Amino acid sequence: MPLDPAAATSLDPATAPAGQRAEMSVDIVCVGFGPAMGGFLTTLSRGLIQPDGTPAVTGATLPGAPPQVVCYERADDLGFGVSGLVTRARGLRATFPDLDSAQIPMAAPVRSEKVLYLLDPIGASRRSFALRCVDEAIRAFRRVLPCADEALELPWTPEFLHKRGGLVLSLGQFMQWVGAQVQSSGTVQLWPATPVSEALIEGDRVAGVRLLDQGVDRQGRPGPDFLPGMDVRAGLTVVGDGPVGPIGRQLDERFGLPAGHVQHEWAVGMKMVVDLPEHCDLEPGTVWHTIGFPEPEIFGFLYVHPNRVASLGIFVPSWFESPVRTAYRYLQHWMLHPRLWRVLQGGRLRSWGAKTIGESGRRGEPQLVGNGFARIGEGSGSTNVLTGSGVDEAWTTGTQLAEAVLELLRAGKAFTSENLSATYVERRRASWVEHEARVAEHARDGFQRGVLTGLVGMALTGLSGGRLSLPGRRASVPPPSPRLESYYAGKIGAAELERLRQDCLTRQTPLHDAFMERCGWPAIPFDGKLLVSNQDALLLGGKVQAPPGYADHVVFLYPELCTECGARLCLEVCSGQAIAAGKNGLPEFDREKCVHCGACVWNCTRSLPYGPGRANIALRAGAGGLHSAEN
Amino acid sequence: MPIAYQIVVCGGIVPDPLQTLEPVTGPGGPALKNEMLLPAVLDPWASHALYEAAHLARGCPGSKVWLVSLAPKAKLQQVMMTVAQKVPFELIALDGSASAFTEPQETATALADAIRAIPGLDHARLLVFGGWESASRGAGITLQLVGERLGLLDQFQGVDQLIIGPDGSFEVLERIEGGVHQVSRCAGPPALLGWATGTLPEPRNNPQVGMANMRTIMPALQRAKSAPPVQAGVVFESVSLPAQQRATRVVQNRPVEEIAQEIVQWLASGG
Repeated sequence: MPLDPAAATSLDPATAPAGQRAEMSVDIVCVGFGPAMGGFLTTLSRGLIQPDGTPAVTGATLPGAPPQVVCYERADDLGFGVSGLVTRARGLRATFPDLDSAQIPMAAPVRSEKVLYLLDPIGASRRSFALRCVDEAIRAFRRVLPCADEALELPWTPEFLHKRGGLVLSLGQFMQWVGAQVQSSGTVQLWPATPVSEALIEGDRVAGVRLLDQGVDRQGRPGPDFLPGMDVRAGLTVVGDGPVGPIGRQLDERFGLPAGHVQHEWAVGMKMVVDLPEHCDLEPGTVWHTIGFPEPEIFGFLYVHPNRVASLGIFVPSWFESPVRTAYRYLQHWMLHPRLWRVLQGGRLRSWGAKTIGESGRRGEPQLVGNGFARIGEGSGSTNVLTGSGVDEAWTTGTQLAEAVLELLRAGKAFTSENLSATYVERRRASWVEHEARVAEHARDGFQRGVLTGLVGMALTGLSGGRLSLPGRRASVPPPSPRLESYYAGKIGAAELERLRQDCLTRQTPLHDAFMERCGWPAIPFDGKLLVSNQDALLLGGKVQAPPGYADHVVFLYPELCTECGARLCLEVCSGQAIAAGKNGLPEFDREKCVHCGACVWNCTRSLPYGPGRANIALRAGAGGLHSAEN
Repeated sequence: MPIAYQIVVCGGIVPDPLQTLEPVTGPGGPALKNEMLLPAVLDPWASHALYEAAHLARGCPGSKVWLVSLAPKAKLQQVMMTVAQKVPFELIALDGSASAFTEPQETATALADAIRAIPGLDHARLLVFGGWESASRGAGITLQLVGERLGLLDQFQGVDQLIIGPDGSFEVLERIEGGVHQVSRCAGPPALLGWATGTLPEPRNNPQVGMANMRTIMPALQRAKSAPPVQAGVVFESVSLPAQQRATRVVQNRPVEEIAQEIVQWLASGG
């Protein structure tokens, strides 16, 4: 069916009358306040002022004054909507040589690390024949292996996976700590609750950003208190809005990816912050990583903070080709695994959240610089897919850009593509971030052929320093969406499958509960404390809300494509159940449940004919989301 | 000719209303669990007062708005990142506890002292605004005590509307029982108004306002004086949450009518 790009649900919903849109000029405008921007602004702010308070460099906006630097963050406060983590903290310590973890709430030095292979105690997990053989072998030798509670503790983990000497952090608390310090310098302004709608592109140059219109209805139509988003013009626009940020995606569409680069790999990370029960004796700094359960493709983590608090959760990767992939249901089954439940039973949910992670690594790196702009952090392809590390790398790319910007300011040079390449990109290419990204470039290819192959491939790459890897399938467009019929072949007959599907359609529910329970996954024994419904997690843990006066930020571009879509994977994967089955097969979006994770975009199965690889879902700039800074 | 008012808004910060609060006993007495980890907002009652103050100032050329806030400096800085985009004001920061477990007399003394210290303060043009109630200090007497310390005799509480007359006098609508308002007329400043919800919506974020405000907010935070301890001589006998309003119970295979009936009975029994 030919589709007219002009017929897509408007991508520029609110139009301000001429002259009504205000304009402001600064020297540097930044988009998104994540760890990369934390590194950028921390390093930059230190170089703008002399110890005696006089400007170390001057900007163009206010002659004689330091450059005017402003950073806009979409979320309602700094540190909302990010994740708990363990990091080697190399980049962080380079910026803060005297870093004392006791200064940062919820931070703890890494004390012990374990990798656990979880067996399937239920029998519902989809395991290959090879993996079943591994399971049987482990069970047969359980008395001589370090096995307990249906889990094998791997006796050895390769060095590249270790976070020895690192930190367990709440990224939310860490970013609030960084934000307070950056603001205290008096040289940088941070504005949360201020989504950036688009980059202002003039020819081949980015000239600043436009803030999101306020006072509009769900469709973006101006209301009585309409306030058009301001145009903020700047010599340099720093883009650090993550893997699904609207500005990064706009730049990717406008300037394209470097030849051979693709961004097809991602994971949905869903986590909880939990008050551990009294009986739990895990020490702060304890780090567990799990593989094997609830599905072999799903990784899990548990990091212990001070004061008997833990961050825990799972990653559902793109190569888990289930047509009903749901992070929330799987997270609950993962917590209920005997090895985890032994330490979690009696615990209480404190916070909950989800985000998607771009896992294409260096292969998904966009154009890092152009005239008037630079990209840093996860959206710039800095995440290392071999070591499972992103924050340290993101932070370091931010510091590299700051050093480059200071160099250009001191030299009085403009922020051109050439100058930014010679300073920022050169620094990045010469750094450990680049070196390790190159090692990791093909580390995960094997997962496209199966979990065991993937694990072997990772080990091979890691141990050989990137010289060896197992090949995978490479394509210029995302892999085809999984189908119910093929995924459940041999488990559910065609007639029953259709009956289940129709039943869910009639009840306007996602498919995953019905299909998972049909395949043996037991119902979740809700306890009202830790095992709670998805909506309770949203309210009790995520405290999700959406301020009025903003347009819907998830838009189905061609509703007719949704009507034809048999997969409706966007419903299954939606972290907060913000996308629900509506009438006539059309999905409906409820922005008051959206955590802005972006899973819908990655999982849309209807790519646009005029833009191969582009989803039928647009994730625009939007306000609101998670209201917890403990994630 | 309209008066150029000096409007001083007293406003503290409180945990974001979406957070779960849990009282605990710490080394310094009662406290909220993890309070410093919780996101904070400007007290909603005080927010209304601030928006009304800005609205009044906009209509009366030469007027100026100050926001006097007693809170932990780091948290206050965080809250200002959002509040500063709403309306123009100058911050006067006091570094101290903003928890629910403070003594209103001490808080009022610190706020009144800070107001008195404003350079060029003119009583003949002074309006002190604040929240009639507080989402944190539920006693609802702090603002009244501030007024007493400043010698403000005309005090109005539960204000929903302020109408300025051409001669500088004003009419105040105060909430009273029964869903009606008491209408008072006042010759003019100085006066103290404890606002209920007012009539204005929350202003949209305006980056230009934010840029202008931040130029004075950061210096104000840097020179914030420490407020004296507010616990002296106060003993809290007990601290408890209001009766739980949320009860989760899982039932299966039960008719909807029965569940509805049970909920009705629960509501009828007072929850």
